[in-house]
Amino acid sequence: MSDPREYQTEAIVIKKTKLGEADSILTFFTPRLGKIQGFARSLRKPKSRLAGHLELLTHSQVSFARGRNLDTITGAQTINAFLTLKNDLWLTSCGLYVAELVHQFTAEHQENFAFFELILQTLDHLGRETDKELVLRSFELHLLESVGYRPQLRECIVCHRVLEAVTNYFSPSAGGTVCPDCRSGQSFCCALSLNAQKVLRLLQGSDLSNLGQLKINTELHREMENVIGGYIKYLLERDIKSAAWLYTLRAQKSTLQR
Amino acid sequence: MKQDPVPASDAIGRLAQEFGKLPGIGPKSAQRITFHLLRAPEERARSLAEALLSLKQKVTLCSACCNVTESDPCPICRNSQREVNQVCIVEQPQDILALEHTGVYKGLYHVLHGAISPTEGIGADNIRIRELLARLQGNTVKEVILATNTNLEGEQTAMYLSRVIAPLGIRVTRLARGLPFGTELEYADDVTLTRAFEGRQEF
Repeated sequence: MSDPREYQTEAIVIKKTKLGEADSILTFFTPRLGKIQGFARSLRKPKSRLAGHLELLTHSQVSFARGRNLDTITGAQTINAFLTLKNDLWLTSCGLYVAELVHQFTAEHQENFAFFELILQTLDHLGRETDKELVLRSFELHLLESVGYRPQLRECIVCHRVLEAVTNYFSPSAGGTVCPDCRSGQSFCCALSLNAQKVLRLLQGSDLSNLGQLKINTELHREMENVIGGYIKYLLERDIKSAAWLYTLRAQKSTLQR
Repeated sequence: MKQDPVPASDAIGRLAQEFGKLPGIGPKSAQRITFHLLRAPEERARSLAEALLSLKQKVTLCSACCNVTESDPCPICRNSQREVNQVCIVEQPQDILALEHTGVYKGLYHVLHGAISPTEGIGADNIRIRELLARLQGNTVKEVILATNTNLEGEQTAMYLSRVIAPLGIRVTRLARGLPFGTELEYADDVTLTRAFEGRQEF
């Protein structure tokens, strides 16, 4: 049986590339088709009927018509625009960071329904939780698990003994924590304090809805961000561009408050 | 068997290749333009060549507003009739043409030459925000009008600008975001409709 000429799917817009005068190529993450691309004609003209429904970080119902190379987008209807995200500079930037990670870690046409749900939940929780950074860390850990790089945080990855309640070390190349005894054999390890280990384990084992009770200080936030960020950078072998922007915004915010 | 087309002589091939590099022009169109010019009188080719060269030689950026101009400062910045205490911020020089066409706005402009786009690696330092802030230190500007695009990058740029300009004590406004003229309500998206409701006015 041949594929139908037109099809419809829910989709989250994760990337947008300009093409020609007013056209765009969009990248979506969908529940059943994984990451897909679509061509949108005249999307950048003010009278485009689709533009608002196909903005970055929008959850929409999108219909496509099969094309030779790229499928053309024929219709779109917003399901959730994540307006709270788009009205705030910091939240928009966090959302774009999520979108960039999704784009970098996925290949086209790899179905992953749980991951689609995770993205939706993350965007939703970014707008609701008070501690946005915890949402990002939780997303990162679940993303890594979903694509097969779940960091081992409970036992030493070399000697497989259960970690003792001391400062241990995280090795990006080994993909997990190593105990102080095994540390010497690993290159580029960074220290992981006991508190950071506890929080990361907790995040790894729970979903986004239980974040509310955790209270984390700035220092611990920076430590976890660096460790997980370093691991992500090691896996992708490149910098995450929007992470640099998050740093810039945060640095500026602290100078403005002073 | 089908024969290959006769290879074009060097000058023709080279020009066709150059045209082919332009946006929206494929190999066939490039060839058509090339042969059109070949048949046209020599003055046509000369004036085209001169126009091309002077584009790169004469056009610079205005030292005040960063708009493209042949004379620095640009005609808008030089015009004494314009309000010097209003500055309208746009992403591209083309945006000024669209705004000027309306004839509504009498103030000055500032061109950013892009918008903040974290996923593309374009941050605040990659567009002309530093020039803008230096300009606003002068105390003559009373209002900054944010006219960046209404997509995510433009909105983000606008939010960033309002954050860095606010401490200077200057009034920051944003162009109204709502329904475009000549469209149908049925096709409008949630964000546009929400903003249209928030920005509704006495009628």
